[in-house]
Amino acid sequence: MAEAVAVLHQGENIIAAIQSDLTDEQVIALRDDISARVGRSRARGVIVDVTALDVIDSFVARALRSLALTAKLRGAETVVVGIRPEVAIAMVQFEMNLAPLRTAIDLDEALEILATERRSARV
Amino acid sequence: MTTPTRDDRQQLNEDSLLPELVAYLREHRTQLREEWVRRITAEELLSVMTAEEIFSEVTAVYDNYVDALETGSVETLQAYARDLSERIIPRGVETHEVLGIVLLLRDVLARSLFVRYKDDPKLLDRILDAYEPAANRIAVTVGVSFVDERERVIREQQEAIRELSTPVLQVRERLLILPIIGGLDAQRARQLTEQLLGAIQANRARVVVIDITGVASVDLTVANHLVQTVESARLMGANAIITGLSSKIAQTLVDLGVDLSMMHTVGDLQGGLEEAERLLALRSPRSAGTSRADGDG
Repeated sequence: MAEAVAVLHQGENIIAAIQSDLTDEQVIALRDDISARVGRSRARGVIVDVTALDVIDSFVARALRSLALTAKLRGAETVVVGIRPEVAIAMVQFEMNLAPLRTAIDLDEALEILATERRSARV
Repeated sequence: MTTPTRDDRQQLNEDSLLPELVAYLREHRTQLREEWVRRITAEELLSVMTAEEIFSEVTAVYDNYVDALETGSVETLQAYARDLSERIIPRGVETHEVLGIVLLLRDVLARSLFVRYKDDPKLLDRILDAYEPAANRIAVTVGVSFVDERERVIREQQEAIRELSTPVLQVRERLLILPIIGGLDAQRARQLTEQLLGAIQANRARVVVIDITGVASVDLTVANHLVQTVESARLMGANAIITGLSSKIAQTLVDLGVDLSMMHTVGDLQGGLEEAERLLALRSPRSAGTSRADGDG
């Protein structure tokens, strides 16, 4: 899994950059790994970069949703970034959605979303 | 050229018929060409061209025609026919005119051959046997070249219209508008989706306003496509706002039972832009957001 996903820490955020298409086992491992890291590093945000994925099938979509819900229970918001146009069209055509997951066009945007949410949560 | 003697004629085999024919057509070039022009004018073909233009084109076609008869290769003629089509199509020359003039030339030449060889029906027969297949092939070549060229022009124009009709405009950083004007069919809707999503990625857009004031009506397929476009944009991380739904389209969408729960609609483009600005302002400018995030960490 180390070669398939690069996981970085940035401030209160964990950034998981998927490097290539994942097997089902790798998807599950990623979910468990992120969940563990959220607890360990007391992260408040998780960003999953899927730019490298050519396909997001229903299994990956469900795993991403479950990753987000797990992280949420442990105190971190999740944002998915880098869904490509053709991937987005295919997902919509197969009636897949990532709700209630947040999506962002790029990393900057995702960091902003997380920062804004934390700000409003603390006011 | 003296009339061949009977002995000469009997020696003529099929192979030497075409060269004789070609030599004859070259020799009587001026006269046959003028006869052709006279027939073209009489039948009111190529009416959009001046007499001088017709004459110069006719000369070139005649020479190419005879060359094609001689060599049996239609490539030069084909290239010329394409080039000619390219010049005359924008001026409104029709297919029937092009086919008409080629068939006229065929007639003119056949008639002259008939006159020349009428004393010897057997030879005339063989001359025509050699001439007709070649002439038919030439007529087909010219006609097909013209039609091909016209189709190419039409395809190019369709492509140009499609691109022109769906510009994706950046209003300011992170804000795009897509004004849709004219009829929407499934193909255009699909193309529009691809263009918009591509632009979202290229411009890192956060909000897109799709204005359909200029769309007269939509059907179920197009409506569903619109919904899918909005959902796809959302997956990529951009909010889509649809503006300018006419009451007719709104009624249609409701009647068709299109799932509008994902649709964010605002009355007109002005309202849509105001809403977009509001969405953009909800998230602070990038520098402020980043510094705040750093402060938090």
